[in-house]
Amino acid sequence: MIEVTGIRKAFNQGRDNEYWALDGIDLHIEAKKVTALRGPSGSGKTTLLTIVGCLARPTEGRVHLLGEDISGLPERFLTEIRRKRFGFIFQQFNLIKGLTALDNIILPAYPTGRPRHELLARAEELLAGLKLGHRRDAKVEWLSGGEQQRVAICRALINDPEVVIADEPTANLDTHLAGEFMGILENLADQDRTILLTSHDPLVVESSVVHRVVDMRDGKLIVHG
Amino acid sequence: MKLWLAKQRYLIDFTLASLARRKTRNLGLLAVYTVLVFMLSSVTLYTHALRQEAARVLTASPEVIVQRMVAGRHDLIPPGYIEKVGRIRGVQKIEGRLWGYYYDAVTKANYTFMVPAENAPVAGEIVVGPALERSRGLAKNNGISFRSYSGKLHSFIVADVLPQASELISADLVLMSEASFRAFFDYPVGHYTDIALSVANPQEVRNVALKLAAALPDARPILRDEVLRTYASIYDWREGIVLALLSAAILAFGILAWEKASGLSAEEKREIGILKAIGWETGDVIKMKFWEGLLISLTAFLAGFVAAYVHVFHFAAALFEPVLKGWAVLYPRFQLTPHIDGLQVATLFFFTVVPYAAAVLVPIWKAAITDPDSVMRS
Repeated sequence: MIEVTGIRKAFNQGRDNEYWALDGIDLHIEAKKVTALRGPSGSGKTTLLTIVGCLARPTEGRVHLLGEDISGLPERFLTEIRRKRFGFIFQQFNLIKGLTALDNIILPAYPTGRPRHELLARAEELLAGLKLGHRRDAKVEWLSGGEQQRVAICRALINDPEVVIADEPTANLDTHLAGEFMGILENLADQDRTILLTSHDPLVVESSVVHRVVDMRDGKLIVHG
Repeated sequence: MKLWLAKQRYLIDFTLASLARRKTRNLGLLAVYTVLVFMLSSVTLYTHALRQEAARVLTASPEVIVQRMVAGRHDLIPPGYIEKVGRIRGVQKIEGRLWGYYYDAVTKANYTFMVPAENAPVAGEIVVGPALERSRGLAKNNGISFRSYSGKLHSFIVADVLPQASELISADLVLMSEASFRAFFDYPVGHYTDIALSVANPQEVRNVALKLAAALPDARPILRDEVLRTYASIYDWREGIVLALLSAAILAFGILAWEKASGLSAEEKREIGILKAIGWETGDVIKMKFWEGLLISLTAFLAGFVAAYVHVFHFAAALFEPVLKGWAVLYPRFQLTPHIDGLQVATLFFFTVVPYAAAVLVPIWKAAITDPDSVMRS
């Protein structure tokens, strides 16, 4: 599904504070499987996630999606790939305050120009699936952390992506809500979506839902198998 | 096409929602912006209307007016003077005019008494301007008395009221017969206030004036074009003074608008990052922010301009009237004829809407072309 080879990523390149966040990553992410990146803070998990999700470009190396090299594509094409193929669940959820849950969910679908009634029906279906239908018109800042995450999940799924990328999905949830998230993750896996997430939460990485755990440290992979 | 239209509608929907989310900030900006457009528009609309009014009035005025100067002051035209002027080559039509000023202690206003060249009222009757109609509560067939400078009371019947068009000139006008005028001001027969003349060839107006000045050294010819230019320069000067006074406000607004438009808050940057991360194209983000800037500036422009129109043409520019109108003696109020100049509106639009809408784009463009990965780290 996704193949990254020789990925290196530098920040502040050429300056005194140059820093290599990723230093030679080769990784194959299997389709329809749940892959978890595990490692301490600063190990490069999130940076790798941004590169795989076309949110940032590698300084060196290649990214292949379904066999196509996407590393050198112009921003316009990367945006299209992000919109069509990826759904993102951010650690801080990154919902837009002042908008309702429903409005937040349909935001990624605006650029597609799909009819509004179709988008609303899909968003309501997703909300109902996550038992949040009654909160559809609530502004997101009024929602609890767990509810906000479920809205973020719905938003990630509105364009029906093949790949779901989640960054530390349980970092801001208590044990009960983290358990609920794992249930949702299992459902997503059952829907044959490819899932790539970062976490150092044992509840996630030791779960049977996760097919493969990749350890990272200092911008390199430790375990690859 | 349908998809494209739907996409544009979503962008506008989101823009409106975005404006509503920052209600206080945007309303504050809108209010300041509107006040500025209102002030600028009021000044330009008012001075432009005055220029138009002057031009309209002067179109019907004589090409040359001749005054007689004695000891550097305007004096009466004596008998025989008109004939001398009439002998100058190029002069087509010539007539002596009778007019003078009268201070009405009742309304504390100055009126212009005049004998019209045609259709003069019969003796004992007058035709009054709209300002007199208002200030003295006059109507057709009402009687009114004025005490002349010799102390004698003269009574008149109002035969008619002049129409409101070109009120700049007609506001304080009192038209009367030659006999009534001469009796009221004790004007000797054969004397006139000044002379109005027309020239056969309009290209020769200046030459005729030169010949006149040479033949009659005590004559002062005043050309219509010169009067028009003087009016224009007076209004330009007054407009400039007001704009200079407003410059501090304009500068303050400029700084505010630049600060608001060019500096993105952390929250706005975060939102742009989110939108890009979830699949919005750079162009969509720029378009959305551009719509936002355009909506604010356009709304402010329309509101400010409409308010200025009402202020100038319905409330006689009460805020700027004393500075812009400038006649200390013209106490009777007058209404300007509404007039909008397309070029003037376009200039105002260009200097108020375009800079703001453009200033919005630079920081948005900068924020929108950066990689959206920052959102993963916020």
